[in-house]
Amino acid sequence: MTTENDIYNFAYLDEQTKKMIRRAIFKAIAIPGYQVPFASREMPMPYGWGTGGIQVTATILCPSDRLKVIDQGSDDTTNAVSIRRFFAKTANVETTTKTEQATIIQTRHRIPETALREDQTLVYQVPIPEPLRFLEPREVETRKMHALEEYGLMHVKLYEDISRHGAIATTYAYPTQVNGRYMTDPSPIPKFDNPKMDQMPALQLFGAGREKRIYAIPPYTDVRSLDFEDHPFEVQQWESACALCGDDQSFLDEVILDDRGERMFVCSDSHHCQTRQEQGFHGSQMPENHAGGLQEKHDG
Amino acid sequence: MYVAVKGGERAIENAHKFLAEERRGDKDVPELSLDQIREQLSLSISRVMAEGSLYDPDLAALAVKQARGDLIEAIFLLRAYRTTLPRFGFTTAIETSDMSLDRRISATFKDLPGGQVLGPTYDYTHRLLDFALAAEGEEPLQAETADKAVEPETPRVLELLNHEGLIEQAAAGNDQDCEVGDLTREPLDFPAGRDIRLQNLARGDEGFILALGYSTQRGYARNHAFVGEIRVGEVAVEMVPEELGFAIEIGDITITECETVNQFKGSKKVPPQFTRGYGLTLGHNERKTIAMALVDRALRAKELGEEVEAAAQDEEFVLSHSDNIQATGFVEHIKLPHYVDFQSELELVRRLRAEMVVEQKQAAE
Repeated sequence: MTTENDIYNFAYLDEQTKKMIRRAIFKAIAIPGYQVPFASREMPMPYGWGTGGIQVTATILCPSDRLKVIDQGSDDTTNAVSIRRFFAKTANVETTTKTEQATIIQTRHRIPETALREDQTLVYQVPIPEPLRFLEPREVETRKMHALEEYGLMHVKLYEDISRHGAIATTYAYPTQVNGRYMTDPSPIPKFDNPKMDQMPALQLFGAGREKRIYAIPPYTDVRSLDFEDHPFEVQQWESACALCGDDQSFLDEVILDDRGERMFVCSDSHHCQTRQEQGFHGSQMPENHAGGLQEKHDG
Repeated sequence: MYVAVKGGERAIENAHKFLAEERRGDKDVPELSLDQIREQLSLSISRVMAEGSLYDPDLAALAVKQARGDLIEAIFLLRAYRTTLPRFGFTTAIETSDMSLDRRISATFKDLPGGQVLGPTYDYTHRLLDFALAAEGEEPLQAETADKAVEPETPRVLELLNHEGLIEQAAAGNDQDCEVGDLTREPLDFPAGRDIRLQNLARGDEGFILALGYSTQRGYARNHAFVGEIRVGEVAVEMVPEELGFAIEIGDITITECETVNQFKGSKKVPPQFTRGYGLTLGHNERKTIAMALVDRALRAKELGEEVEAAAQDEEFVLSHSDNIQATGFVEHIKLPHYVDFQSELELVRRLRAEMVVEQKQAAE
């Protein structure tokens, strides 16, 4: 019987395509933060669903890899489930939800809370790779601006934010400068995650399928979030802690409980939250002995 | 109490089952066969093949069935299949003047060598719902066959003008050595050549190309066009296998071609001459092909020394937004979760509002 695995190559893409993408990745690593054009393929998922990240993952994936896929920090959101299943089916690789056990982590909109290591690769799904796009819609112009390192427009934008709101009003996809050269879009991660990119031991690869661009941040590279001396870069803070695991240092999602304004906050990183609960930490919405594990351990 | 967002896997599986159920509809109604779709929804098949960039009526029928008649979804299915196909080589350029014609009309000359061939067209039908079709079991009308076959070689109308030098020469299209770009293998780069522009338009969304073509007629980059010729029919596809060294026929495809005669340009040195717009698609797609020729002509603005002032002349604008698979993906992706980004914005707006309240209080005191 012919199965889908016989029809399609390992990890779906044919080897010619992988070779082309690998070349783009090498170039991207050699010029940190520079957007390398590549001949993006139509994938069996729609553009906007992470086709760039999927092509990068498909290209670097080996049979020995262990893959984790997250969307909005969670392994359980529908698109993360769908992408994980795609690779489990087409590449027959092992998958995991545990950050520390994964060799490749494909992500949309978050960096895991657990610090990544040298033997891991983080693959970002990128909708609009060009940080200057909303200031200048033309590709011909933005490529020129990058070539000339002419980034004044972005500084003016950030300055205008401060003069209007008293603060920089960019909260996600916050522009960075990589290795002191290229202005680079970190993909729509919250700026909360930007500091994790700086000097990260893991290789960071970015794939934009519809826009046909790949870029990279090699391990241990300087990634600076743009700011001003008198308005230094700062990250989001919450007044509450996670209602499930009690963490007050992780990125929190807001969950609305009723129509009278009742809400609670929970970790966006589902694996991080689960791990803490297993370690015995608990938040305001969890009975103390609910999560098994080390119950004598308490937070705070 | 908080219910964890788990169970995505089961939800997806069940959604797929529900979808299959909806696609089938009422089981008391007989299921559509691919033959029925291919034969009776042939213009859907044409559009799906044209924008899917794959000539295969049977697969297009399958895509239409699987997509529940959503043509963009069907085009997507065909495109995703197409990318997995290996490339054996390239065909030689097709010769449309050797086309086996179903239809060939010119709006510029009353009669011409080869004649006007009306073919199967809605052009002169009265758009009255035909309730006879509602009652099934219709006896289809049989068209009469002409005594004389259409001339095997029907010269292209624009070539007739060319004899007098009234129209610019076609670009080096017949030159077999000239390398033609392929935007399915190379990323789109600007400025793009006319080959890439035409490929992009041929795959582009019919609605988008139609609207842009229409905009040129209403004064946004106006360049009055005459349909020199529109032809629909079958052409032979040939390729030269390396081991043979000569061309062999590998099949026939139905295509639609449109050439427009546009307003002239000239200068003190060069006598005035008409200019050209060109459209070609797989299958029978007249609306798309005519609109494509209008947009092709508009996109030649720079080459012809015209000022670029309207959307249809703006190469980066047109080529970056014409692909409906890219467009539908990105437009629809905003229904995917954006909790994290939204949370970031919420936090900022709350903080900015709180700061303003404090400031206003202080000012009042």
